[in-house]
Amino acid sequence: MTTHSEPRPAPLLAVEDLRVHFPVRGGWLGAQRGIVKAVDGFSLTISAGETVALVGESGCGKSTAGNAILGLAEPSGGRIVYEGIDLAGAAPRRRAELRRQMQVIFQDPVSALNPKLTIGQSVAEPLVVAGVPANERRRRVDELLDLVGLKASQKDRYPNELSGGQRQRVVIARALALSPKLLVCDEPVSALDVSIRSQILNLLMRLQQEFGLAYLFISHDLSVVRHIADRVVVMYLGVIVEEGEAETVFSSPAHPYTEALLAAIPLPDPKEQRRRKAIVLEGELPSPLDPPAGCRFVTRCPIREAGCAAVRPSLVPTPQGSRAACLVRFPAQ
Amino acid sequence: MAEAVLDVRDLAVEIDGRNVVDGVSLEVGRSEVVALVGESGCGKSMIAFAVMGLLPAVARVDRGQILLGGEDLVQIGEEAMRQVRGDRLAMIFQEPVSSLNPLMKVGEQVAESLVVHRAVTRQEAWGKAVEMLRKVGIPEPERRAGQLPAELSGGMCQRVMIASALISRPRLLIADEPTTALDVTIQAQILNLMKELRGFGDTAILIITHDMGVVADIADRVCVMYGGRIVEAAGVGETFARPSHPYTRLLLGTIPKLTGERKHLLRSIEGTVPDIAEWPSGCRFRTRCPLADEVCAETPPFLPIPGDPGHHSACWHLDKVGEIA
Repeated sequence: MTTHSEPRPAPLLAVEDLRVHFPVRGGWLGAQRGIVKAVDGFSLTISAGETVALVGESGCGKSTAGNAILGLAEPSGGRIVYEGIDLAGAAPRRRAELRRQMQVIFQDPVSALNPKLTIGQSVAEPLVVAGVPANERRRRVDELLDLVGLKASQKDRYPNELSGGQRQRVVIARALALSPKLLVCDEPVSALDVSIRSQILNLLMRLQQEFGLAYLFISHDLSVVRHIADRVVVMYLGVIVEEGEAETVFSSPAHPYTEALLAAIPLPDPKEQRRRKAIVLEGELPSPLDPPAGCRFVTRCPIREAGCAAVRPSLVPTPQGSRAACLVRFPAQ
Repeated sequence: MAEAVLDVRDLAVEIDGRNVVDGVSLEVGRSEVVALVGESGCGKSMIAFAVMGLLPAVARVDRGQILLGGEDLVQIGEEAMRQVRGDRLAMIFQEPVSSLNPLMKVGEQVAESLVVHRAVTRQEAWGKAVEMLRKVGIPEPERRAGQLPAELSGGMCQRVMIASALISRPRLLIADEPTTALDVTIQAQILNLMKELRGFGDTAILIITHDMGVVADIADRVCVMYGGRIVEAAGVGETFARPSHPYTRLLLGTIPKLTGERKHLLRSIEGTVPDIAEWPSGCRFRTRCPLADEVCAETPPFLPIPGDPGHHSACWHLDKVGEIA
């Protein structure tokens, strides 16, 4: 970590050099054709009550990283340490207990809920699994629905009787059932209508204040991230290219990819938007089967130099106070 | 505004006895970009399908006119409509990959409308298609033209869609959420391309979107829809600087910004986007509107905003909209 920052309390979650590699099969009798390094050397810490956002475009590995943390994807290397305990080394029972403190909210509340269960049953499910007695369960379900702004009288409804925003509230209530300390929110508002998004974001912010929840907030929507995050991690093709305080990264991006990403978002203000200098990136994401050997951004980078194709840059402190991996701008390494 | 390319008058589209589009009027002028903005179920895509003559089987035009260069598309019949589609009228969709024919070389798909509508040989059309692919920024267009959609990325497929839509120099291009399925850096490329190509053959664009950033970037005028009706229409600057319908004003307030204060509670609109079966009588927004009172049970007229020609809003409480904090 950086040496100049304040000493922080031990993080709730520490991810060290995480790698998630997938074999790609095809061709003759399904022989292995190659390896996609979806996440390739990823480190991150999240403290209690903190919101860390993971941003990047499709295929950058942000969801895979989230899934590996949750135990939904098998890491090929690295460590995931929760409250000081390496999850891979913990006894199965202990690991299950710790994993229970990490819950997830996915993008699509429709497929996240069982259509044949009432919303009350859905919210009660984790409580059943944890062995909470029936009368205690009923009380807790009512409490949870109230917490997310639904009425206890709605608990006998089925998901198809609810709107998208209400379904996402149900998903959040279920995620909170076992009082987790960390919520992985994977694009939690992307599928919702604009007028509903802010309701859900407000709800997430309120729940965080009330319960001191930590969020790993995975999103491609940078205006949402800027609003809600304490720290931001920017990924490109499986690696972190920049990370830092949200304020710093958004006001003075250090990596050319972060710059381009920010410049690409059209501002909801015609005067500002038409005055802006455009940084339009050429080309598209290279194939993850065959990423560039050096800096992974080299094929699209507007400031690349000869050495960038060969040398893999590492994250180093920037004058702005963030950390970025760019040989051209931050060569001292 | 000079004579409109597209002039929709009091259009209503009916499904199961309900008007999902209910008395919509809008004009798109030559080389103009008009944005139709709204949330899911507001009827914005249904307008596009009505104009294209591609309404789903359960829907039909209930009343109104759709005038393209003065000709009423509602009346001309399917055979004549086929002549108009792909020639004077073209459309691109949200999902470029599934909108292209997976078994046909992209060059042929781009050339298709020339082969069908113009008296050109396949060879000539192929040459023009390669040129068009170059114009929309496809690298190595000669080679790419011979590939299938599956060999191209989503961004590339959207460029192919745009090329095949614009090759016949249509009077009007309808773009239904053209960048919603794309990553932001690719979205920026496509929006830039659309801006470059606007005026190519004087093509006017009707863009349908829910993204206020896209609207601010590309539109000249904006029509905001709610519950099957246009509730506000204005120039793009006025829409953002002086939103004059409670819905527009609240909607703009809910969007987190890239500058200024963070982490505060965002403004939100009460309730949910109502299903068509639950649309109230009178003003459709009244069940969620902070200004609503008993007069709102009557449908409000589409009133001009004083001092701003071309700016209209359908609200009984125009004098109080500015008070919504």
